[in-house]
Formats: sequence, C-alpha cells, structure tokens
Amino acid sequence: MSSALLSIWRRDVLLAFRRRSDVSTTLFFFVIVVSLFPLGGNPEPAMLRNLAPTVLWVAALLAGMLSLTWLFAADYNDGTLEQMVIAPQSLTLLVLGKVFAHWLIYGLPVVLLAPVLGMQYALTNESLWILTVSLLLGTPALSLVGAIVAGLTLGTRGNGLLLSLLALPLYIPVLIFGAGAVVASQVGISAEPYLSLLGAFSLLALVLAPWATAAALRIAVE
Amino acid sequence: MSRINWFKYSSPQTFYPLAGKLVPVFYALAIVLAAVGLYLSFFVAPTDFQQGEAYRIIFVHVPAAWMSMVIYLAMAGWAALGLALNARLSGMMAQALAPTGAMFTFLALVTGSLWGKPMWGAWWVWDARLTSELILLFLYIGFIALQASFDDPRRADRAGALLAIVGAVNVPIIYFSVKWWSTLHQGATISMTAAPKMANTMLTGMLLMSLAFWAYTIAIVLVRVRCIILERERRADWVAELTEGKA
Repeated sequence: MSSALLSIWRRDVLLAFRRRSDVSTTLFFFVIVVSLFPLGGNPEPAMLRNLAPTVLWVAALLAGMLSLTWLFAADYNDGTLEQMVIAPQSLTLLVLGKVFAHWLIYGLPVVLLAPVLGMQYALTNESLWILTVSLLLGTPALSLVGAIVAGLTLGTRGNGLLLSLLALPLYIPVLIFGAGAVVASQVGISAEPYLSLLGAFSLLALVLAPWATAAALRIAVE
Repeated sequence: MSRINWFKYSSPQTFYPLAGKLVPVFYALAIVLAAVGLYLSFFVAPTDFQQGEAYRIIFVHVPAAWMSMVIYLAMAGWAALGLALNARLSGMMAQALAPTGAMFTFLALVTGSLWGKPMWGAWWVWDARLTSELILLFLYIGFIALQASFDDPRRADRAGALLAIVGAVNVPIIYFSVKWWSTLHQGATISMTAAPKMANTMLTGMLLMSLAFWAYTIAIVLVRVRCIILERERRADWVAELTEGKA
C-alpha cells in the first residue's frame, strides 16, 4: 500500500526535476506578484507592513492555483491516469501521493521564499516567523482542496480559467485564517487560535479531499 | 391498498407531462401569494419607528436570502441523489435549480445594499453575512460554469454533483470563518427559539413573500427542467412523437 504511495510520489518529484522550468515559472510568478504591490503604491514601511499578510497570502493562493493545472493534466492526456484508476492500489492513496508531491514542489518553496519576501515588506521577526508557520500549515490544504477542482476540470474547455473560478472561493477559509494569524501577530494578540484553525482545516482536507479527488478522477476518465 | 409508485416519476418521460401540469398551478400560487404579500408589506405593515419606510425592502430581501441558501441545499441534495442512484432526472433538477439560486443570491445582495445605504450609510460593508452571501454567489457561478464546460451531459451532471457536494461541505466552514473574521451586521431578527421581535403583520408579509418565492422557484425550475429534458432526450421516440408536426 504505502509503496504505491511512495513510488508515485517519487515519480512526480522526479518528473518535476526533469522539467524544472515549469516549477520555477510558478515560483517567479509568486515573487513578481508580491514585488508588484509596493511599486503600485506607497512604499512606506508602515503601509507595507499593513499590506504584507494580504499580499503574501493572496499571491500564495494564486501561485498554488496556477500550478494545479499541471497536477493531473499530463497524466490525463497520455493515458497514465486511466492506468492509475484501474490499478489494484487504492486511487485515494495514489492521489495522496500525487498531492504530497505537488505540495513539495510548489507549496514548500513558497513557504521558504515567504520570509525573504516578507523582509521586503518590513515585517518584524515575530511576524515573519508566524507568516512562515501559517504558510506551512495552510499550503497543504491548498494543494489538497485544489486537487479536487483540478480533477473536476480535466478535459473541459478553458481548463485554467475555470479552475481558478472554482478553486478560489473554496480557498477563502485558508486565506482568512492564514492572513489572520499574521495580522494578529502584528497587533499584538495571540496568533495561536488562527494557527490551530488553519491546522484543523488542513487535517480535515487531508481526510476528505483525496477521497473526493479520487471520485472526480473516476468521473473524468469514465 | 395500492401504494403510489413515486419512482414512476423519476423517468424524464413520465415526469415531463406531470411537470407540465404543475407549472400553471405553482405560477398561479406565486402570483396570488406575491400579490397578498406585497399588499400587506406595503400598505398594511406599520412603519418601523427606527428605520422608517426603508425597512420595507426586507420583505424582498429576507425571503431572497432564505431562498438562496435553500436552493443551494436542494441542488446539493439532488446532486447527491443523482450520484447515489444514478438517476438522470436528478442531474437535470440540479442544473435547473442553479440559475434561480444564483438569481436569488444576486437579488439578496442588491436589495441588501439598497437597504444598507440609508441604514449604514454604505452600499457595501465587509460583514460576515454579506460576505458569505457573495461567496455563495461565486459557488453558484462556479457550478454553472463547470456544467456548461462539458459537452457530455452525463459527465457534466456527475462533475457538477461532486462540486455541489464539496461546496455544501465547505459552506458552513466558509460561513463560520467569515463570521469570526468580522461581524458588524445586526443580530438575526427571526430565530426559531426566541419570540419574533416584530409586528405580526410584518411577519405575515414576510412569510407570504417567502411562500410566493418558493412557488415561483418550483414553477420556473419545472419549466426549465422541461426544456432540459427535451434537449437531452431529443433523440428519444417519445420526444419525436411529442414534437411531431410542430417542428
């Protein structure tokens, strides 16, 4: 069971390393979006500090959403996905392996880049720390919930745009709790409740999302 | 005693004429209820001593907001039924409900902002209930867009059904997250536990308007589902017989 999960995870990570430009495009998108906001407004540190949680979190949402188009599309186009659906191993488990690989490739770099970008926004050390933790807790939920939508939109007309229309409303709780944690640290109240809720949402997504994604993929290859 | 076989009407062929008979009934109900409800709410209900005449928009606003949520639940319910029983009609019902649900959500938002301007001094406030209503509109639009982007109606039904269920699971989470995020709205005026704090005529007017909206929803959904049935079953013999000589 777990060997199937591991092997599909290793395959996806390996594939991503062989196509490094796809991965770096998403990350540079994240960096560029975040860097645009000070240029489009007032670059005073106090102003930037207020903007920081929103901008960094919304950019993380958008970057995660863009990367979702690649999650199942290649496998769907060359027929690998059909083989996964009829494989004797549980499809839910295979999905989990793929989503975990997706998070490692797109989520983790965003988490690691965020403190660097946060410094551009004049965040204090404590807020930088909370920002990183909130992204670490929240980005898995983005990959998990996004995978359902990526499965549903396979083979539709205008795949990418539709995906964003469906995924973004479902991301709202993650955005609220994630950005809320950073704001709480800025105004001097405890960020812990926000982080707990964010973790709870991720755990709930971990239980329900792979199952729903598997159902979506079955509908897609039917 | 012979039992009515309800499953008889789960086939589009038998449901089509039944729906055709029900449509005028519900249209008539909607018109009568709306006429009485509007009369009560505009001429009989007393002027609110705090809010003046502007409060009268709640006779449209509150029922519309109720309907927007009820229709989403009904849609998700039909969707789940369709996935579980693999019935064609369920998917058609879910598809027929979505535009009306989106319309009521939009109506609730518009009337809400018309009420908000004189009351709060702002067209839009980032309050929990307004925001979750807006997100509900996004969910409706997503459902309609997903259904429209498949050429195969069967796949459209099943994918849409899954999305509706995921949305229904997410709606309470979104609602509470938005609620904790900010609250400025006045407390709920109607609740099942506490006695209502408004005049009886106001309550009657609001309930009549709600029933009128229900009747309208049922009528328009039946009309729409009849169109969907004809469109999808156009190659079936019974449809050919029905439209013979008219085409």
